[in-house]
Amino acid sequence: MPDWLIIRTFWDLTVTGLALGSIYALVALGYTLVYGVLRLINFAHSEIFMVGTFGSLLASSQFLNIPLLEDGNYPYRTGMTLIFFLVVILIVAMLFSGISAVLLERVAYRPLRGNGEGVGAAALAFLTAFVVSLIFIDDTKVNLIVSLALTAPIAYSYMRIFKRGRQAPRLAFLISAIGASTAIAEAVGVWGTHGRDQYQTARILEKKTLFNLFGTDVRIDYVIVIIGALLMMTALTLFVNKTRLGRGVRAVAQDAETSRILGVNVDLIIIVTFALGGVMAGGAAMLFTLVYDQTRFNIGFILGVKSFTAAVLGGIGNLKGALLGGLVLGLVENYGSAIFGGQWKDVIAFTVLLIVLMFRPTGLLGESLGKARV
Amino acid sequence: MANALVSSFRRGADSFGDAFHRMNKWQKYSFYAIVIVALYMAPFWPDIPVIGQIVDTPGTQFSTVLNDQIIIFVLVALGLNVVVGLAGLLDLGYVGFYAVGAYVTAILTSAHGNLPWLLSLPIAVVVSMIFGVVLGAPTLRLRGDYLAIVTLGFGEIIRLTAKNMDWLGASRGISNIKKPPSMFGLKFGVLDPKPYYYLGLTLVLIVVFVLHRLEYSRVGRAWVSIREDEDAAELMGVNTFKFKLWAFTIGAAVGGLAGVHYAGKVGFINPDNFPLQLSILFLAAVVLGGSGNMYGAILGGVLVAYVPERLRNFADKRVFVFGVVLVLMMVFRPEGILPKRVGDEHKKRSSSTEAGEVAQ
Amino acid sequence: MSEILLDFNNVTMQFGGVTALSEVTLQIARGEILGLIGPNGAGKTTCFNVMTGVYSPTIGSVTFNGQSVTGLKRHHITKAGIARTFQNIRLFSQMTALENVMVGADARKKSSVGGAILRTPRQRREENEARERSMELLTFMGIADRANNAARNLPYGYQRRLEIARALATEPQLLCLDEPAAGFNPAEKQELNELILKIRQQGYTVLLIEHDMNVVMKVSDRVAVLDFGKKIADGKPDDVRNNPDVIAAYLGVDDNAS
Repeated sequence: MPDWLIIRTFWDLTVTGLALGSIYALVALGYTLVYGVLRLINFAHSEIFMVGTFGSLLASSQFLNIPLLEDGNYPYRTGMTLIFFLVVILIVAMLFSGISAVLLERVAYRPLRGNGEGVGAAALAFLTAFVVSLIFIDDTKVNLIVSLALTAPIAYSYMRIFKRGRQAPRLAFLISAIGASTAIAEAVGVWGTHGRDQYQTARILEKKTLFNLFGTDVRIDYVIVIIGALLMMTALTLFVNKTRLGRGVRAVAQDAETSRILGVNVDLIIIVTFALGGVMAGGAAMLFTLVYDQTRFNIGFILGVKSFTAAVLGGIGNLKGALLGGLVLGLVENYGSAIFGGQWKDVIAFTVLLIVLMFRPTGLLGESLGKARV
Repeated sequence: MANALVSSFRRGADSFGDAFHRMNKWQKYSFYAIVIVALYMAPFWPDIPVIGQIVDTPGTQFSTVLNDQIIIFVLVALGLNVVVGLAGLLDLGYVGFYAVGAYVTAILTSAHGNLPWLLSLPIAVVVSMIFGVVLGAPTLRLRGDYLAIVTLGFGEIIRLTAKNMDWLGASRGISNIKKPPSMFGLKFGVLDPKPYYYLGLTLVLIVVFVLHRLEYSRVGRAWVSIREDEDAAELMGVNTFKFKLWAFTIGAAVGGLAGVHYAGKVGFINPDNFPLQLSILFLAAVVLGGSGNMYGAILGGVLVAYVPERLRNFADKRVFVFGVVLVLMMVFRPEGILPKRVGDEHKKRSSSTEAGEVAQ
Repeated sequence: MSEILLDFNNVTMQFGGVTALSEVTLQIARGEILGLIGPNGAGKTTCFNVMTGVYSPTIGSVTFNGQSVTGLKRHHITKAGIARTFQNIRLFSQMTALENVMVGADARKKSSVGGAILRTPRQRREENEARERSMELLTFMGIADRANNAARNLPYGYQRRLEIARALATEPQLLCLDEPAAGFNPAEKQELNELILKIRQQGYTVLLIEHDMNVVMKVSDRVAVLDFGKKIADGKPDDVRNNPDVIAAYLGVDDNAS
């Protein structure tokens, strides 16, 4: 390969790697925040991201009524309209992800901590009724109606059980997370309009070249992703460092018991942590659909594992680590697939994870795991 | 009220367990004999009046369900129970070992070799065990959550490697996998699932026998002690790394065995047969049935395999349903439907023999 | 002069910026009962943890029975002959009392997976011996009547004694007890003292951490005192009790007389 092509390819890969890595970083923040506060891997965070992408999809196609159109005929917007649309989509995506995250916490985690409450009980009751009704009835609409009807009485009896208040073993949290993750993804796959196929999202940003860097054309969407991600991360860091709630998050991450004794409302902090992670994932989701114009029911899985890898790579529990880990992973993945071939992209990510966990489980910026607890 | 149902089922199982303990040796053996004969007669259960109708699966031949689904899930649940239930190691990539077993058989009997199926069986099991060691040795030092993610990665790496390598058939997969040889008057053809079922049931019985012996020995105790409190176990002299690796390896062996049986029956495999969702269903089987309890695992395997076939509505939604079931179980009954009974917690009178002295 | 069983030599233990133990030297003679006391946070449990291999000392060495056990893997240290109980009881709750003890007895077994599957004569013999020995220990501890109860269902006193039985099942030479009297009433503490003496009579050497002076002073041959990670006294109970440094260290902290 001629030298100039190598350099150009290198910078090309670098730019796209940084953009991809920024998305990983944003999602990684969610993993690292929840782990820092609860010492728990939120396995279902990947589906929080996925929900955000569908939020973007709904925002652009339904709320803003942007038609899909095709090659050469995209519904491009410019100027203030463009910015307005992007902001709306961003907000909707963040709402979808943020709310799902909070709901997830109430349904799949809080009952296991021993203090289940009404919203979670209602959701679990609905799901129970729905699943049981599937045995007898084949019509989704009827299933939904029956489930809604039965939700209240079942929720009531669940609340009685919740009062027992015992904490479940750690393994149970993980399995619950896995169940939630699977259920959410499958629900979209089974009942979504396109089923398990790909969904196209509307392309409103014309992907022009913004400038030229060492011979590579840098597209505007990549620039937006990188800058957008940095802005969101800065906002998060400011929140965590400067606000009262943010201090609460840091306190609980360091020592939950003491924080509780000092009057911190730990349950609220946990909700806030999930919400923060969700909002970041929502941001990542919007940026993802901006670049890739598509989503599907299982998009969360592979991206989730990679983002988790990024979080571990940087040092789990460490916000800067999530950023660093994400960017590094994005770059490594890109360079790796250039060397070994695109089809090995995912294997590269998994392999990086294995290597990091085996040889440097504390990650690049450090946070130790797996120490003896005697 | 669902809880009440499960509890009464459980109490029924317990009183049965008590009655069983009080039986003498010959009574126990006759009981086993009756159960085993009944199981071998299972392909004919749909022919029994009344009960047969309840049991039969609409749309698919009952024997096919028995073999293709139930036997496979039961085998896998038994193996995964050793890893997750007994030793407490969360393995989310168990489908990887299943795939290894299937692919080794496929390679040896079809793609790159011409060995008979029977010969490929031990080789495939050994290769699965090697993979178990290869995966386990570096990763078993990791605690719970991380092991889960890593094993998940392993399962996917296996699948993706198979998909991307022509030598393994890539996306097309491998076909013309040999069938088991004729034995005991049974011919293993393409249409009749019954011989496969008999073979599979035999495999299950052998696995149950071996695992039972392991469970009621220092190995089983070591596994449970590791699950309960790994640090304390080490300080009591248990070589936790060695036993964790054994759990992994034995689990891998059983998973691989299931894969070999599967490949022999279907005759052709491709990477799409081994998706992540299968690992989730495998886990659901163990968790739902009662992790740590061999009979619970069997029950779970039967439920996960049979229910979607019995209730057709369920079928394409089954992964969703079992995802929800996992959450519900963890919230309300993390120990599963048939949790392992410890000592004589539910016995009416205590006996001086250790509670586990059921069979030889 | 008795033979030195455990030689804890100039051990310093640091965790990041915190020094938990500072140049601690301690010796335990075979057959003696050594009490380790000190105010909260003095480093007693850290000391234990270094001895039993939970931590590897930053500086210094631990020699047991003439061989170095510094930095050995934990299960090897157990096999070398050091066993322990825990301050906050750590039984295997989903196993019966008998099974708990048998896990300890298993430490000395040679047969493994192959033997278990094939039920070789050696495996069966070892299994029977382990079961007998475990029942003997349960009887020795006075808790044999609950041998087949799940550990989590046992009353508190039984659980404490079960932990000791389990530790003894590993056939140690040195038994380390971490606050064995916690939660006991005076009568139970008296029983515990007698039990410890009985254990020593069987030939074991005992190291014990305790807060309660009624227990430690009455049962120990010798007492060592830690404060802020340093050893400040070491001698007969009466001498230590009257040592001005020790009194100063405990100033304000009463001796938990219940």
